[in-house]
Amino acid sequence: MGKPIIQVRGLSKRYRLGTLSASSLRDDLDAWWSRATGRPYEIERRADPRDHWALRDVSFDVEPGEVLGIVGHNGSGKSTLLKILSRITEPTEGEALLRGRVASLLEVGTGFHPELSGRENIFINGAILGMKQREIAAKFDEIVAFSEVGRFLDTPVKRYSSGMYVRLAFAVAAHLEPEILIVDEVLAVGDAAFQNKCLGKMKDVSRQGRTVLFVSHNMQAVSTLTQRCLILDDGRLDFDGPSAKGTLRHLGRHEAKGTEYLAPPEAEAAQEPGQHEGEPRIVRVNLVTSEQGGIQIQGKELSVEFTLQTVKPLTRAMLSFQICDSNGLAVIEQWVFDAQLPLCREPGRQSLACVIPRLRLFMGRYHLKVSLATTQGNTLLQTLDHLCPFEVVMHGIDREWPWQPDSCQYIEDGVWKAS
Amino acid sequence: MSPPIEVRIRSGNAWNVPLGEVWEYRDLLRLLVRRDFVAKYKQTILGPLWFILQPLLMTLIFTVIFGKVARLSTDATPHILFYMCGLLGWNYFSLTANSICNTFTANEHLFGKVYFPRLIVPLSLLCTNLFTFAIQFALFLAFWIYYKWLGAAISWDASLLLLPLILAQAGVLALGFGLCVSALTSRFRDLLIAMALVFQIWMYATPVIMPLSEVPVRWRWVAEINPMTAVIENLRRILLGIGTPSFSGTALSLAVTALILAAGLLLFARAERNFIDTI
Repeated sequence: MGKPIIQVRGLSKRYRLGTLSASSLRDDLDAWWSRATGRPYEIERRADPRDHWALRDVSFDVEPGEVLGIVGHNGSGKSTLLKILSRITEPTEGEALLRGRVASLLEVGTGFHPELSGRENIFINGAILGMKQREIAAKFDEIVAFSEVGRFLDTPVKRYSSGMYVRLAFAVAAHLEPEILIVDEVLAVGDAAFQNKCLGKMKDVSRQGRTVLFVSHNMQAVSTLTQRCLILDDGRLDFDGPSAKGTLRHLGRHEAKGTEYLAPPEAEAAQEPGQHEGEPRIVRVNLVTSEQGGIQIQGKELSVEFTLQTVKPLTRAMLSFQICDSNGLAVIEQWVFDAQLPLCREPGRQSLACVIPRLRLFMGRYHLKVSLATTQGNTLLQTLDHLCPFEVVMHGIDREWPWQPDSCQYIEDGVWKAS
Repeated sequence: MSPPIEVRIRSGNAWNVPLGEVWEYRDLLRLLVRRDFVAKYKQTILGPLWFILQPLLMTLIFTVIFGKVARLSTDATPHILFYMCGLLGWNYFSLTANSICNTFTANEHLFGKVYFPRLIVPLSLLCTNLFTFAIQFALFLAFWIYYKWLGAAISWDASLLLLPLILAQAGVLALGFGLCVSALTSRFRDLLIAMALVFQIWMYATPVIMPLSEVPVRWRWVAEINPMTAVIENLRRILLGIGTPSFSGTALSLAVTALILAAGLLLFARAERNFIDTI
């Protein structure tokens, strides 16, 4: 491999917070005077509380043909980095060297004029994104076919549905042929089928040896599309490495709430609804996911650990838990009876665990609902809901068609054969 | 594939006007002009009519107030033609300059999302406003023919060939001035509010409502520092055959125009680099 196509060295960007005031005008004059008199004006030396470094000393290289994911929370500096690389704003310090034509899709439909027809807008949008008119004309049919708005080509885009608008806009962008393509959050729009088409197009682009910088909140997309990712945190480069690792790390930080539930002290416990003094209680629930920070890879082992506290022994106890999806709908139930495993027969603490060897739940967010009951008179003693939130992801499980959320509830083993 | 391009992004290469890049993006310039033109006329039924109505009304007002009431001299030319000719030149300048002043504020959204040489936008405005000029010129022509037919003392000669040059000067001046103001508005937004007033005062400081010959000779140089003075005077000279444009006045005007253009280009190049942070 030759030279890196993108070289970023010590890139920093400072923003001035607050409104423009007389003092900023004075600073301007100061700076100007220093320059005019040949005195070096060290703006950096003058630490100012209004200064905010959106990006601080970020360095990385990107090889040609690489698809690089850029991940970070809001305000971590992702957008600033993209803005600098797409030449919308300048860095305060450091430099970036780009060896190729850059096209950035920080938004689709830039420069679309509502009064103009789809056809006219294709040309304008293409030109704004840096295409020559000749190039656009050559690709025109392809763009129209990709956008699926053929019939409405001569209708002003103000009459388009938002879906059509986005499809047309992305179609233009997807047919740019830059050496470096910068994509931000474009996939957050459009329906699932179109999103898949976009993801497919991005894969094609990288297969053609072009370099893609991809910024997204969709960790699934980042891990599917990219091999390497950067994590930005508070303007600094926090991680640079394999995407599978990076996205898990990022998700893990997001889910820092923890997957362990500890019961409040005794006194408060007595006030919980349905909880009577002296009855056994669940004092701890701990979810052990396959990855740290409440991230579970689909198809891997998941276990739930319980600690029960018994004061007055109970007969015929039953412990159960449900895994509920983000709508609160229970999708899995597991239970254990006193007959299988002695429960709450003696005063004191007791620990037990349930292991699910292969969790088949599809990607999404889930939580636990735990209940303690006795089959003697079928009495429910305690119910705890919304415990141990976790997320199931499809990382490392590749298929040609990208994974889409909500396409199913769980994945069953199945064998296909010709018949 | 095109030859490898290297773009170095860093802070500091301040006073660099990216003219080469503007040429690279000439297709965009053409499409933007087309877009603005088409959009303007698709939106309003009155579209082109408005550009006729405005100078007509202004001419009427000037004729009544300055011609009939104040009885200012129009160098023995029909009032209507005199004012219309002055407004023809002034309108092209002020409409263009005014729209260019808004370059950053009006395109904030576009500039915040994609890079292209920002200079393309003011240049496209320069071209779009030529259409307005053409419409107003046609109106002027109609009146000119009518008055000629009535027997007014107006005439054309070979100097008419200089019309494009005078127009070009007005355009360049509008560009330079507009660029200066737009560059400053990226930091000081209130400037835009002041602009309406500035253009109004500027118009009265320019011999639109009266000929330069009405200005006492010893103060004429003051009026001639205003580069629009020579533009209007020259325009009247070639379109109506009146006025007293001097060579020194024209030369001074050209020099000031060049100066304003240079200042505009430099200030704009400086402002475009990170205006998006301050706006």
